[in-house]
Amino acid sequence: MMTLTVNGERREVPVVATIGELLDHFRIQHQAVGVLINGEVVGRADFGSAPVHEGDTLDIVRFVGGG
Amino acid sequence: MAREDRALQIGGRTFGSRLFVGTGKYATWELMKEALAASGSELVTVAVRRVNIDRPDEPSLLNYIPEGATLLPNTAGCYTVEEAVTTARLARAAGLGALVKLEVIGDQELLWPDPLGTLQATEQLVREGFTVMVYTTPDPVLAVHLANAGAAAVMPLGSPIGSGQGVLDVDAVIKIRARVQVPVVVDAGIGSPADAALAMEHGADAVLVNTAIAAAADPVLMARAMKAAVEAGRMGYLAGRMPRRDASPSSPSEGRVSQPAGA
Repeated sequence: MMTLTVNGERREVPVVATIGELLDHFRIQHQAVGVLINGEVVGRADFGSAPVHEGDTLDIVRFVGGG
Repeated sequence: MAREDRALQIGGRTFGSRLFVGTGKYATWELMKEALAASGSELVTVAVRRVNIDRPDEPSLLNYIPEGATLLPNTAGCYTVEEAVTTARLARAAGLGALVKLEVIGDQELLWPDPLGTLQATEQLVREGFTVMVYTTPDPVLAVHLANAGAAAVMPLGSPIGSGQGVLDVDAVIKIRARVQVPVVVDAGIGSPADAALAMEHGADAVLVNTAIAAAADPVLMARAMKAAVEAGRMGYLAGRMPRRDASPSSPSEGRVSQPAGA
Protein backbone atom coordinates (compact mmCIF):
# COMPACT_ATOMS: atom_id res chain seq x y z
CA MET A 1 0.00 0.00 0.00
CA MET A 2 0.99 3.63 -0.35
CA THR A 3 -0.23 6.73 1.43
CA LEU A 4 -1.37 9.72 -0.57
CA THR A 5 -3.27 12.89 0.20
CA VAL A 6 -6.14 12.99 -2.28
CA ASN A 7 -8.60 15.88 -2.36
CA GLY A 8 -7.53 16.92 1.11
CA GLU A 9 -7.76 13.48 2.74
CA ARG A 10 -5.01 11.00 3.58
CA ARG A 11 -5.75 7.72 1.86
CA GLU A 12 -4.15 4.28 1.79
CA VAL A 13 -4.24 2.92 -1.73
CA PRO A 14 -2.67 -0.06 -3.48
CA VAL A 15 0.67 0.90 -4.98
CA VAL A 16 0.14 2.64 -8.32
CA ALA A 17 2.76 3.89 -10.76
CA THR A 18 0.83 6.60 -12.60
CA ILE A 19 -2.03 9.04 -12.22
CA GLY A 20 -3.98 6.98 -14.74
CA GLU A 21 -3.71 3.92 -12.51
CA LEU A 22 -4.82 5.93 -9.49
CA LEU A 23 -7.91 7.22 -11.34
CA ASP A 24 -8.69 3.65 -12.36
CA HIS A 25 -8.36 2.53 -8.72
CA PHE A 26 -10.95 5.14 -7.72
CA ARG A 27 -13.04 4.27 -10.81
CA ILE A 28 -12.90 7.86 -11.98
CA GLN A 29 -13.34 8.32 -15.72
CA HIS A 30 -10.41 10.09 -17.31
CA GLN A 31 -12.63 12.30 -19.44
CA ALA A 32 -13.14 15.91 -18.33
CA VAL A 33 -10.93 15.47 -15.26
CA GLY A 34 -7.97 17.59 -14.26
CA VAL A 35 -5.30 16.57 -11.78
CA LEU A 36 -2.99 18.61 -9.62
CA ILE A 37 -0.05 16.66 -8.18
CA ASN A 38 2.17 18.45 -5.69
CA GLY A 39 1.00 21.72 -7.18
CA GLU A 40 1.65 20.77 -10.82
CA VAL A 41 -1.23 20.49 -13.28
CA VAL A 42 -1.43 17.28 -15.29
CA GLY A 43 -3.73 16.88 -18.29
CA ARG A 44 -5.45 13.80 -19.60
CA ALA A 45 -2.82 13.19 -22.28
CA ASP A 46 -0.24 12.66 -19.53
CA PHE A 47 -2.29 10.58 -17.06
CA GLY A 48 -0.70 7.39 -18.36
CA SER A 49 2.86 8.60 -17.88
CA ALA A 50 2.74 11.01 -14.91
CA PRO A 51 4.25 9.15 -11.93
CA VAL A 52 2.73 8.92 -8.46
CA HIS A 53 5.00 8.47 -5.45
CA GLU A 54 4.47 7.69 -1.76
CA GLY A 55 3.40 10.81 0.11
CA ASP A 56 2.24 12.78 -2.95
CA THR A 57 -0.57 15.30 -2.64
CA LEU A 58 -3.18 15.23 -5.38
CA ASP A 59 -6.30 17.12 -6.29
CA ILE A 60 -8.63 15.50 -8.77
CA VAL A 61 -11.19 17.95 -10.15
CA ARG A 62 -14.08 18.01 -12.57
CA PHE A 63 -16.71 20.47 -13.71
CA VAL A 64 -19.76 21.24 -11.60
CA GLY A 65 -22.54 23.80 -11.76
CA GLY A 66 -21.45 27.37 -11.22
CA GLY A 67 -21.93 30.93 -12.37
CA MET B 1 -33.62 51.37 -42.39
CA ALA B 2 -32.97 49.71 -39.03
CA ARG B 3 -29.45 49.85 -37.67
CA GLU B 4 -27.64 46.56 -38.19
CA ASP B 5 -26.06 44.84 -35.21
CA ARG B 6 -22.65 43.27 -35.39
CA ALA B 7 -22.10 39.76 -34.08
CA LEU B 8 -20.49 39.55 -30.66
CA GLN B 9 -16.92 38.26 -30.81
CA ILE B 10 -14.80 37.19 -27.86
CA GLY B 11 -11.36 35.71 -28.32
CA GLY B 12 -12.03 34.70 -31.91
CA ARG B 13 -15.40 33.10 -31.13
CA THR B 14 -18.67 34.54 -32.43
CA PHE B 15 -21.81 34.46 -30.32
CA GLY B 16 -25.28 34.86 -31.76
CA SER B 17 -26.80 35.31 -28.30
CA ARG B 18 -25.80 38.12 -25.96
CA LEU B 19 -27.11 36.23 -22.94
CA PHE B 20 -24.53 34.12 -21.11
CA VAL B 21 -25.78 31.79 -18.40
CA GLY B 22 -24.46 29.93 -15.38
CA THR B 23 -25.18 26.37 -14.26
CA GLY B 24 -25.28 26.79 -10.47
CA LYS B 25 -28.16 26.39 -8.03
CA TYR B 26 -30.62 24.45 -10.19
CA ALA B 27 -32.98 22.07 -8.40
CA THR B 28 -32.28 19.33 -10.96
CA TRP B 29 -30.06 18.94 -14.00
CA GLU B 30 -33.04 18.16 -16.19
CA LEU B 31 -34.54 21.52 -15.25
CA MET B 32 -31.20 23.21 -15.87
CA LYS B 33 -30.90 21.68 -19.31
CA GLU B 34 -34.38 22.89 -20.24
CA ALA B 35 -33.67 26.40 -18.92
CA LEU B 36 -30.31 26.63 -20.71
CA ALA B 37 -31.98 25.62 -23.96
CA ALA B 38 -34.78 28.16 -23.43
CA SER B 39 -32.23 30.92 -22.82
CA GLY B 40 -30.70 30.41 -26.26
CA SER B 41 -27.32 31.02 -24.67
CA GLU B 42 -24.21 29.91 -26.51
CA LEU B 43 -21.81 30.45 -23.59
CA VAL B 44 -22.35 28.55 -20.35
CA THR B 45 -20.27 28.86 -17.21
CA VAL B 46 -19.16 25.93 -15.06
CA ALA B 47 -17.10 25.68 -11.89
CA VAL B 48 -14.08 23.48 -11.14
CA ARG B 49 -14.33 21.39 -7.98
CA ARG B 50 -12.88 18.25 -6.44
CA VAL B 51 -14.32 14.93 -7.55
CA ASN B 52 -16.15 13.07 -4.80
CA ILE B 53 -13.72 10.16 -4.51
CA ASP B 54 -16.30 7.97 -2.81
CA ARG B 55 -18.95 8.62 -5.46
CA PRO B 56 -17.09 8.46 -8.76
CA ASP B 57 -20.25 7.51 -10.67
CA GLU B 58 -22.06 10.80 -10.07
CA PRO B 59 -23.46 11.89 -13.43
CA SER B 60 -21.50 14.62 -15.12
CA LEU B 61 -22.91 18.11 -15.51
CA LEU B 62 -21.49 18.07 -19.01
CA ASN B 63 -24.23 15.66 -20.09
CA TYR B 64 -26.82 18.38 -19.48
CA ILE B 65 -25.33 21.22 -21.53
CA PRO B 66 -27.21 22.02 -24.75
CA GLU B 67 -25.37 20.95 -27.88
CA GLY B 68 -23.31 23.66 -29.49
CA ALA B 69 -22.88 25.77 -26.35
CA THR B 70 -19.34 26.77 -25.44
CA LEU B 71 -18.30 26.00 -21.86
CA LEU B 72 -16.72 28.77 -19.84
CA PRO B 73 -14.97 27.42 -16.74
CA ASN B 74 -14.73 29.91 -13.90
CA THR B 75 -12.31 30.37 -11.04
CA ALA B 76 -15.13 31.06 -8.58
CA GLY B 77 -14.15 30.79 -4.94
CA CYS B 78 -10.52 31.71 -5.55
CA TYR B 79 -9.07 34.31 -3.20
CA THR B 80 -5.51 34.43 -4.47
CA VAL B 81 -3.80 34.85 -7.82
CA GLU B 82 -2.17 31.45 -7.39
CA GLU B 83 -5.47 29.64 -6.73
CA ALA B 84 -7.13 31.30 -9.70
CA VAL B 85 -4.25 30.57 -12.07
CA THR B 86 -4.08 26.93 -10.92
CA THR B 87 -7.84 26.53 -11.35
CA ALA B 88 -7.65 27.94 -14.87
CA ARG B 89 -4.80 25.57 -15.71
CA LEU B 90 -6.80 22.62 -14.33
CA ALA B 91 -9.81 23.56 -16.46
CA ARG B 92 -7.61 23.70 -19.54
CA ALA B 93 -5.95 20.41 -18.60
CA ALA B 94 -9.38 18.82 -18.23
CA GLY B 95 -10.08 19.65 -21.84
CA LEU B 96 -12.16 22.80 -21.87
CA GLY B 97 -9.68 24.81 -23.88
CA ALA B 98 -8.11 28.14 -23.12
CA LEU B 99 -11.26 30.13 -22.37
CA VAL B 100 -11.66 31.09 -18.72
CA LYS B 101 -13.81 33.37 -16.58
CA LEU B 102 -11.36 34.79 -14.09
CA GLU B 103 -12.61 35.57 -10.60
CA VAL B 104 -10.29 36.60 -7.80
CA ILE B 105 -12.40 37.48 -4.81
CA GLY B 106 -11.14 39.86 -2.15
CA ASP B 107 -13.93 39.84 0.43
CA GLN B 108 -15.67 36.69 1.53
CA GLU B 109 -18.81 38.41 2.74
CA LEU B 110 -19.30 40.84 -0.14
CA LEU B 111 -17.89 38.45 -2.77
CA TRP B 112 -16.25 41.60 -4.11
CA PRO B 113 -13.43 41.14 -6.64
CA ASP B 114 -9.88 41.83 -5.50
CA PRO B 115 -8.80 44.44 -8.06
CA LEU B 116 -5.06 43.96 -7.58
CA GLY B 117 -5.20 40.17 -7.65
CA THR B 118 -7.57 40.26 -10.61
CA LEU B 119 -5.13 42.36 -12.64
CA GLN B 120 -2.14 40.20 -11.68
CA ALA B 121 -3.96 36.97 -12.53
CA THR B 122 -5.12 38.45 -15.85
CA GLU B 123 -1.53 39.28 -16.78
CA GLN B 124 -0.35 35.78 -15.83
CA LEU B 125 -3.11 33.92 -17.67
CA VAL B 126 -2.71 36.07 -20.79
CA ARG B 127 1.01 35.21 -20.75
CA GLU B 128 0.03 31.53 -20.62
CA GLY B 129 -2.17 31.88 -23.68
CA PHE B 130 -5.59 31.90 -22.03
CA THR B 131 -8.56 33.82 -23.39
CA VAL B 132 -9.47 35.62 -20.19
CA MET B 133 -12.92 37.00 -19.49
CA VAL B 134 -12.43 38.98 -16.33
CA TYR B 135 -14.98 39.44 -13.55
CA THR B 136 -14.30 42.85 -12.06
CA THR B 137 -15.59 45.76 -10.06
CA PRO B 138 -17.56 48.42 -11.98
CA ASP B 139 -14.44 50.58 -12.09
CA PRO B 140 -13.69 52.30 -15.43
CA VAL B 141 -9.98 52.76 -14.69
CA LEU B 142 -9.47 49.14 -13.64
CA ALA B 143 -11.38 48.04 -16.75
CA VAL B 144 -8.85 49.91 -18.90
CA HIS B 145 -5.95 48.28 -17.03
CA LEU B 146 -7.52 44.84 -17.56
CA ALA B 147 -8.09 45.48 -21.26
CA ASN B 148 -4.51 46.72 -21.64
CA ALA B 149 -3.34 43.54 -19.88
CA GLY B 150 -4.99 41.52 -22.62
CA ALA B 151 -8.40 40.63 -21.19
CA ALA B 152 -10.69 39.29 -23.93
CA ALA B 153 -13.72 40.74 -22.14
CA VAL B 154 -14.25 42.80 -19.02
CA MET B 155 -17.17 41.75 -16.84
CA PRO B 156 -18.14 44.38 -14.30
CA LEU B 157 -20.52 43.30 -11.58
CA GLY B 158 -23.99 44.84 -11.54
CA SER B 159 -24.29 44.15 -7.81
CA PRO B 160 -22.88 41.43 -5.54
CA ILE B 161 -22.92 37.82 -6.78
CA GLY B 162 -26.23 36.08 -6.21
CA SER B 163 -27.79 39.20 -4.67
CA GLY B 164 -30.37 39.98 -7.36
CA GLN B 165 -29.98 43.67 -6.55
CA GLY B 166 -29.73 44.61 -10.19
CA VAL B 167 -27.34 47.05 -11.84
CA LEU B 168 -26.62 49.52 -9.04
CA ASP B 169 -24.37 51.85 -11.05
CA VAL B 170 -25.57 51.74 -14.62
CA ASP B 171 -23.51 54.80 -15.53
CA ALA B 172 -20.43 52.68 -14.88
CA VAL B 173 -21.47 50.48 -17.81
CA ILE B 174 -21.50 53.54 -20.09
CA LYS B 175 -18.15 54.73 -18.76
CA ILE B 176 -16.49 51.35 -19.18
CA ARG B 177 -18.02 50.78 -22.63
CA ALA B 178 -16.59 54.13 -23.74
CA ARG B 179 -13.07 53.27 -22.59
CA VAL B 180 -12.31 49.71 -23.71
CA GLN B 181 -12.33 48.04 -27.12
CA VAL B 182 -13.13 44.53 -25.82
CA PRO B 183 -16.67 43.38 -25.04
CA VAL B 184 -18.21 44.53 -21.76
CA VAL B 185 -20.33 41.86 -20.06
CA VAL B 186 -22.38 42.79 -17.01
CA ASP B 187 -21.95 39.82 -14.70
CA ALA B 188 -23.50 39.24 -11.29
CA GLY B 189 -26.44 40.80 -9.52
CA ILE B 190 -28.96 40.74 -12.33
CA GLY B 191 -32.22 39.74 -10.68
CA SER B 192 -34.92 40.35 -13.27
CA PRO B 193 -35.43 40.80 -17.01
CA ALA B 194 -35.65 44.56 -16.40
CA ASP B 195 -32.14 44.51 -14.91
CA ALA B 196 -30.79 42.66 -17.94
CA ALA B 197 -32.52 45.04 -20.35
CA LEU B 198 -31.19 48.04 -18.42
CA ALA B 199 -27.61 46.82 -18.70
CA MET B 200 -28.01 46.14 -22.41
CA GLU B 201 -29.70 49.49 -23.07
CA HIS B 202 -26.73 51.20 -21.51
CA GLY B 203 -24.30 49.54 -23.86
CA ALA B 204 -23.32 46.22 -22.29
CA ASP B 205 -22.31 43.84 -25.06
CA ALA B 206 -23.76 40.90 -23.13
CA VAL B 207 -24.96 39.92 -19.68
CA LEU B 208 -24.19 36.85 -17.61
CA VAL B 209 -27.10 35.51 -15.56
CA ASN B 210 -27.24 32.53 -13.23
CA THR B 211 -29.24 32.81 -10.02
CA ALA B 212 -32.00 34.99 -11.49
CA ILE B 213 -32.91 32.09 -13.77
CA ALA B 214 -32.04 29.17 -11.50
CA ALA B 215 -33.85 30.59 -8.46
CA ALA B 216 -36.97 31.78 -10.32
CA ALA B 217 -40.24 30.02 -9.54
CA ASP B 218 -40.24 28.88 -13.17
CA PRO B 219 -36.64 28.85 -14.42
CA VAL B 220 -37.54 27.86 -17.98
CA LEU B 221 -39.98 30.74 -18.36
CA MET B 222 -37.48 33.12 -16.75
CA ALA B 223 -34.81 31.96 -19.18
CA ARG B 224 -37.13 32.90 -22.06
CA ALA B 225 -37.86 36.24 -20.38
CA MET B 226 -34.14 36.98 -20.00
CA LYS B 227 -33.56 36.11 -23.66
CA ALA B 228 -36.29 38.53 -24.72
CA ALA B 229 -35.04 41.22 -22.32
CA VAL B 230 -31.48 41.00 -23.60
CA GLU B 231 -32.69 41.27 -27.18
CA ALA B 232 -35.00 44.18 -26.32
CA GLY B 233 -32.25 45.98 -24.41
CA ARG B 234 -29.79 45.53 -27.24
CA MET B 235 -32.26 46.84 -29.80
CA GLY B 236 -33.04 49.77 -27.53
CA TYR B 237 -29.34 50.58 -27.30
CA LEU B 238 -28.90 50.44 -31.06
CA ALA B 239 -32.07 52.44 -31.66
CA GLY B 240 -30.85 55.22 -29.39
CA ARG B 241 -33.22 56.36 -26.68
CA MET B 242 -34.80 59.79 -26.62
CA PRO B 243 -33.23 62.39 -24.36
CA ARG B 244 -34.73 62.96 -20.92
CA ARG B 245 -36.45 66.36 -20.74
CA ASP B 246 -39.46 68.23 -19.38
CA ALA B 247 -43.03 67.41 -20.44
CA SER B 248 -43.78 67.83 -24.14
CA PRO B 249 -47.17 66.82 -25.63
CA SER B 250 -47.17 63.94 -28.07
CA SER B 251 -50.40 65.07 -29.74
CA PRO B 252 -50.80 68.30 -31.75
CA SER B 253 -51.73 71.36 -29.68
CA GLU B 254 -53.56 72.80 -32.71
CA GLY B 255 -57.18 71.89 -33.50
CA ARG B 256 -58.41 70.88 -30.08
CA VAL B 257 -62.25 70.90 -29.94
CA SER B 258 -62.55 73.54 -27.22
CA GLN B 259 -60.08 75.84 -28.99
CA PRO B 260 -61.50 79.17 -30.38
CA ALA B 261 -61.22 79.17 -34.20
CA GLY B 262 -58.04 80.87 -35.40
CA ALA B 263 -56.54 81.03 -31.88
